[in-house]
Amino acid sequence: MDKLIAKTPCDGLLPLSVGTVKLSEEDVGAIHSISPYKGKQKAVSEAMKVAHGMAYPSANRSTGKAGARAVWFGPAHAMMMGPEPDPALSENAAIVDQSDAWAVVRLEGAGVEDVLARVVPVDLRKAQFKRGHTARTLLFHMTASITRVGENAFQIMVFRSMAGTLVHDLKRAMEGVAARG
Amino acid sequence: MRIEGKGLIDRSETVPFVFDGVRYTGFRGDTLASALLANEQRLMGRSFKYHRPRGVLTAGSEEPNALVTVGEGAAQNPNVRATMQEIYPELSARSQNRWPSLNFDLMSINDLAAPFLGAGFYYKTFMWPKSFWEKLYEPVIRRAAGLGALSGADNVDKYESAYAFCDLLVIGAGPAGLMAALVAARAGADVILADENARMGGRLLSETYAVDGKPGHVWADEVLSQLEAMENVRLMTRTTIAGAYDQGTFAALERFGHHTEHRPSGAPLETYWRIVAKRSVLAAGALERPVAFRDNDRPGIMTAGAVRAYLNRWGVSPGRNVSIFGNTDDIHRTARDLLDAGVHVAAVIDSRHDAPLSNEYEVLRGAQVCGSTGRKGLEAITVRRASGEERIHTDCLAMTGGWNPSVHLTCHMNGRPTWNRDIEAFVPTPGAIPGMITAGACNGSFSTVSCLRDGIEAAKSSLAELGLKAPKTPVPDAEDDPYNISQLWAVPGTGRAWLDFQNDVTVKDVKQAATENFRSVEHMKRYTTQGMATDQGKNSNVAALAVLADATGRGIPETGTTTFRPPYSPIAIAALGAGAEGSAFKPQRFTTSHPASLKRNAPMIEAGLWYRPSYFSKDGETTWRQSCDREVNMVRQAVGICDVSTLGKIDIQGPDAGAFLDFVYTNMFSTLKVGRTRYGLMLREDGYVMDDGTTARLGETHYLMTTTTAAAGEVMKHLEFVHQGLRPDLDVTFTSVTEHWAQFAVAGPKSRELLSALLDTPLDDENWPFMACGPVSVLGVQGRLFRISFSGEHAYEIAVPARYGANLFDILTERAEALGGGLYGMEALNVLRIEKGFITHAEIHGRTTAYDIGMGRMVSQKKDCIGKTMSERPGLEEAGRERLVGLKPIGESKELLAGAHLYNEEAEPVRTNDQGYLTSVCYSPTMETMLGLAFLADGPDRYGEIVKMVDHLRDVTTLCEVVNPVFFDPEGGRVRG
Repeated sequence: MDKLIAKTPCDGLLPLSVGTVKLSEEDVGAIHSISPYKGKQKAVSEAMKVAHGMAYPSANRSTGKAGARAVWFGPAHAMMMGPEPDPALSENAAIVDQSDAWAVVRLEGAGVEDVLARVVPVDLRKAQFKRGHTARTLLFHMTASITRVGENAFQIMVFRSMAGTLVHDLKRAMEGVAARG
Repeated sequence: MRIEGKGLIDRSETVPFVFDGVRYTGFRGDTLASALLANEQRLMGRSFKYHRPRGVLTAGSEEPNALVTVGEGAAQNPNVRATMQEIYPELSARSQNRWPSLNFDLMSINDLAAPFLGAGFYYKTFMWPKSFWEKLYEPVIRRAAGLGALSGADNVDKYESAYAFCDLLVIGAGPAGLMAALVAARAGADVILADENARMGGRLLSETYAVDGKPGHVWADEVLSQLEAMENVRLMTRTTIAGAYDQGTFAALERFGHHTEHRPSGAPLETYWRIVAKRSVLAAGALERPVAFRDNDRPGIMTAGAVRAYLNRWGVSPGRNVSIFGNTDDIHRTARDLLDAGVHVAAVIDSRHDAPLSNEYEVLRGAQVCGSTGRKGLEAITVRRASGEERIHTDCLAMTGGWNPSVHLTCHMNGRPTWNRDIEAFVPTPGAIPGMITAGACNGSFSTVSCLRDGIEAAKSSLAELGLKAPKTPVPDAEDDPYNISQLWAVPGTGRAWLDFQNDVTVKDVKQAATENFRSVEHMKRYTTQGMATDQGKNSNVAALAVLADATGRGIPETGTTTFRPPYSPIAIAALGAGAEGSAFKPQRFTTSHPASLKRNAPMIEAGLWYRPSYFSKDGETTWRQSCDREVNMVRQAVGICDVSTLGKIDIQGPDAGAFLDFVYTNMFSTLKVGRTRYGLMLREDGYVMDDGTTARLGETHYLMTTTTAAAGEVMKHLEFVHQGLRPDLDVTFTSVTEHWAQFAVAGPKSRELLSALLDTPLDDENWPFMACGPVSVLGVQGRLFRISFSGEHAYEIAVPARYGANLFDILTERAEALGGGLYGMEALNVLRIEKGFITHAEIHGRTTAYDIGMGRMVSQKKDCIGKTMSERPGLEEAGRERLVGLKPIGESKELLAGAHLYNEEAEPVRTNDQGYLTSVCYSPTMETMLGLAFLADGPDRYGEIVKMVDHLRDVTTLCEVVNPVFFDPEGGRVRG
């Protein structure tokens, strides 16, 4: 009997380095969206803390750390990345498997903010957009989730089907920055 | 003529360049204009309309005359201002708007016809016959009158767009801007200082003043090196702030790659910035205005500020024997600078009767220049005094009519400038741009010390609003010379006195406009074309409206200005569209089966952002129809595989999920059994059909909705709107899972056989009847199976997490081929659904109701839903409405065409007899005929009738029989079998 073979969203496209900036695909483990039912956000947050060691994130913030992170994803949506969600969470929230829905990449290195400034219309300067801050915004023409995960490192998520455009757009931006020296 | 020892150019580096095929040399730091003047090449262009010889008028971005084309072929860049183009080795530029050459331009015949070509000439002359305008007159006029042109080839240069954010944006790096930036930066604000020039310093580079006891340019460099060392400062040279928009947003164009022969690979030619600033300081300086007098457009006549700039910054005297004319104390600055540099001054002509005198040179007080002579360049001027007219030989005239503060950006949000009588100029109206403070010459402060003071004050006010403390900053010592302007717009006299050099508009044209009752400044502008094209009237607007004010007997403030709009100076469309060329115009969405489809020769069609295979061409098939027919037959007879992942999939959960679906769908979903799927129809609020699709009930409070590919986003938005805006009382959540699942249709009589072999549990009718759904295990992976059909065949859709999509697609393809089936594309899918009378957005195109598509009964009477009340409006259910039918050709012509209209058989095919139109057509290999879906007046009541299809565009007439739209297997036996 055949066994199905898995492929990552950026298979064959990454990693990629231009100048001082590196773009690589991230394996963040399982991804589940958590949408608390009416009035249940607090209960969900408590349950998440107990089961997974991270709170439900407030708007434009993420909680947890690499390997077990929750990223705010919009009104009444957060993405839990890493652990398989505790089934008990389903009592108070819709839990939806999104593990294969998103291309997740890491952009890092000196000048990473200059690269993102070519494709992202929001203010990502260090003083404004600190580690753990997140934004649902555009990456050139695509809707994206962008989170600062380190001093010079960002996690970027776009629809899986747009992985090719993501790499194309970021590569072009990286080349533009690198060419300025 | 180059002046030894003058200028801020690097004389150690000689730079060769080419203009109009001739090789010249200049120095690093030269602009094309300064280098040509150094080579005594005064003629640089031909005028727009009359093809008069022209040289530079200015030394900045406002230049109207010296426009050139740089580069060749696809990289050709037209309308580049020679005053802004820096030279570099092997720069190749050429003049524009001349034929065959700049020196000998046949089109200059227009100049002889000038008496006939004044304002309004085209409007009055080329009226008859009407059709000649478009076909003859306009093309000829456009050829003769014009600027440079693009090559017509695809652009090969890279352009870039980018965003920047700061606390304070300082626009212009002259004394005011430098001071503002320095004070704000020292206070710790994030500062962006932008200047359109290659080198920052503004007028300090072009004048000889001292600041703090040092030459102005040295002081500027010292400030700049302090700023450069600060982490909170970004200096943007060669960057024009082009527009001011809402909420502190500014558009800026950075000319990144125009000045060098070594553009690194990946580097842009230009970057289009969007800068968001909490506060801004406008220190844009001022533009000097020419004086209108007869033949004031000869090469060699330029603004006095430009003469000083060429002399002091580039070490070039634009003439050997220079005369000076004007109406302010600036005249004397020009004279001193020239004499200090050893240039002969032919005459100093001051229109003011009380002008100061000098012991170094004679000043002709109360005199005016009233004419000029010279072939292709200035040879002499005529000076008029009370005592009479006198001819003076000169090869350069430095003229000044005063300065216009650069108020442009302050007017970009509908503000109007204020007239200041003291300086006879418009100044910014405070508060015209929220958060912007104006400083320096753009604010009407013309002395260096007042600019420096303004800069400090502007920074202080901005810092206070930002909550930062300004460091104590003394005003540096600098000149505070008087300005003493007296009005001088146009010197009276016969002949043509030019106001707008770029559009060849004279004083007479403006007066003519007023005479013909184009008295509003906006009407005058459009009648004469004054203020249009690349300089947007920067050199002529104020003088033109002063002439208009005079002609109409009004004051200048009453006459008012035309509207200042972005961009401040021209921006290439390529920069605005940076990064979105070709296929990057929009994101591309690829399914997991995309590479496999390409390998099988599938041409792709775009469905929204998605790419889907049209058909899979096999050996020997030469047309798409052959492939499509084969694929249709394959599905009807064996089994076909089609990637349907692009359809929208929305996960809906919550205690009120069922109630919510009942509200958004016309039919009931709360009663659907777990493990079953139902077809649903959704209306817009206006009662027309929005979308359709199947929704599966996966659990008590868990549904999965599917939408059409194109409407997935729209439906998601609709659900959010309905929940947030109309039914916030319902506890329900929505999550798009389109991307998580790769989903494939497996359709045809052998579909069960194929799938049973792949699933861990074989399929049977008892557990998997038509419209069943549920979890399955496929080759060890948890997936979902839906027994639904868009082909009318026994069919399934199988979904697995997208990471397995590519592999499962390959396996399904291989298994299908082993069973005599294979892949089918969008063309076959379309044929299969038309044969069954299934609708797509070709039918639910936004103007049809449930009643029109034969689904009126799907609007449940047991409940309310979005759009229900509106769909019951009388007009939407009345007799005569065009409703869905099937059509089969029955006459000699067998051709059906989508978009064609329907008429009664005997009726004349004209608009008033229209009976309906075709939405979808196909050749059906199953029925061996063309089939059509159409909307026909009272259609379902007319089965069996003959109607006439007429396609007026393609000239095809076909007689058709009206039939039930379900052409194939109307009983639906196959789908259940």
